[in-house]
Amino acid sequence: MRARGLTKSFGSFTAVDGIDFDLFRGEAFGFLGPNGAGKSSTMRMLGCVSPPTHGELTILGGDPIRDGAAIRARLGVVPQEDTLDAELSVRENLLVYGRYFGLPRKLIDERTNQLLDFVQLTERADDQVEPLSGGMKRRLTIARSLINDPDILILDEPTTGLDPQARHVVWDRLFSLKQRGVTLILTTHYMDEAEQLCDRLVVMDHGRIAAEGTPRELIAGYSTPEVLELRFPREERDVALEKIKDLSPERTEATADRLLIYADDGDDFAKRVRLAGLTPLTELVRRSTLEDVFLHLTGRTLID
Amino acid sequence: MVETLAARPPFPLGLPSSWTLSVRAFRCWLVMYRRTWRSSVWSSVFGPLFYLGAMGYGLGSLVDKNGTGSLGGVPYVVFVAPAILVVQSMNTALSNAMFPVYGGIHWNKIYIAARATMLRPADIYRGSLLFIVLRITMNSACFIIVMAAFGLIRSPWAILLLPASVLLGLAFATPASAWAVTLNNQTPMNYPIRFGAVPLMLFSGTFFPISRLPEWIRPLAYATPLWHGVALCRSLSLGTVNAGSVAINVGYLLAMTAIGLWIGARTYSRRLYV
Repeated sequence: MRARGLTKSFGSFTAVDGIDFDLFRGEAFGFLGPNGAGKSSTMRMLGCVSPPTHGELTILGGDPIRDGAAIRARLGVVPQEDTLDAELSVRENLLVYGRYFGLPRKLIDERTNQLLDFVQLTERADDQVEPLSGGMKRRLTIARSLINDPDILILDEPTTGLDPQARHVVWDRLFSLKQRGVTLILTTHYMDEAEQLCDRLVVMDHGRIAAEGTPRELIAGYSTPEVLELRFPREERDVALEKIKDLSPERTEATADRLLIYADDGDDFAKRVRLAGLTPLTELVRRSTLEDVFLHLTGRTLID
Repeated sequence: MVETLAARPPFPLGLPSSWTLSVRAFRCWLVMYRRTWRSSVWSSVFGPLFYLGAMGYGLGSLVDKNGTGSLGGVPYVVFVAPAILVVQSMNTALSNAMFPVYGGIHWNKIYIAARATMLRPADIYRGSLLFIVLRITMNSACFIIVMAAFGLIRSPWAILLLPASVLLGLAFATPASAWAVTLNNQTPMNYPIRFGAVPLMLFSGTFFPISRLPEWIRPLAYATPLWHGVALCRSLSLGTVNAGSVAINVGYLLAMTAIGLWIGARTYSRRLYV
């Protein structure tokens, strides 16, 4: 899969603004960015249901417009919004989808059993979809997207709206797919999701790619190994920030309630802060994450 | 399943024919219909029978007392039965071509799910139409059997009532779906029923001959698709077939279907390929 100068405009609004990327078989590739960064528009173009306004896009060696239907035959898509038929049973949803791909009934039944087992929904196979929890529905959508044994699985925000436990189950299943060699493309605004699942990712903001690399490369390139998070009383905050800047940290960021100080050694820097006569209300040293990369690149947090 | 990425045929793959893909989309509707067919039987089979009883026999008994010369000399119920068949076909077409299509985008989102597969928008459109054809065929067949059982059919031409009724339904279903798929709000779908289907049902030569309408309004009635369906089916049922009229009726309905199909392929594509 290859994109050059890929652009999508809706009227005067440019959702995706000339992005380039290459994607290779068997890798898990992520698009990390806040809501409105152009991730979903990009996913629709990759899913061959949205013609690019400009630029060049090749998927599985084909053209998404000319060969759209044939390419889609080899994709699995997990959309952001559930498109399951809530009135049908779990099994019927897979049956309908398998038929779209022209699979014989016997093969559909066989794969349905395997896939429901894979997403841990075997016990609910004959239940209606309506009462299933959000996490179950998402897992069913993942099972459905695999019914045609796709070469590439495209997931648009696979765990948005799920509770933490349900998210972990989904991650576990996706990780298992990755281990089996399925190519994954996913969008997310959760940095932990990107870190856990993606071999390589791009950080998107305002329709553009701000940075690209492995999670480790991005953190090494755009952040320090450690971050010191300090909280001060509101009235002392600005003074404290000035004093801390005098200690010449790599970089500082002020978020709504905390000061983030980027340093190679967080504990050491915390000591220096105290020696400078500052007493933060709380202090926390942690490793840098993709959230810090994003903050550095855009000056904003991922989830506002 | 997913454990083997076995050797794939070289890209691009040949796609199955558009007909095959449309049938796949149609089969999805069948799975859904398996759940709801019982409740649909009530309104779609018994509804028209009530009309036939009330209008054909009830009202008909009054009409027949005054002589039925202007009806071609047949009892009122014989006159009105093919028209009820056609009205039923129109109603089945409209009710299946609008709300379920809108729902495919906004409610159960089956269109959104289907577009991610190898189906193309036109296949999805034609799959829905095939299901509508099935529904019209079922309802019309039931009604025609009842007509025959009550001796309301006067000609062997009536063997063509079923395809004629399906054609009439398609002439309504193709443009109605083509339009419904473009909507973002469900209210407008009530208008074709309220301001379209109801006046058409009343004034298209259904319950009384158009010759009873004021002269100035008759050309309008002759221009409506429902009148062509009524005229066609009535001639088949009564055996008053005239090759020229049949050609005009069928031609009109075929043209309307073809235009609907042409528009629908475009509106579905514009809607589903954003």
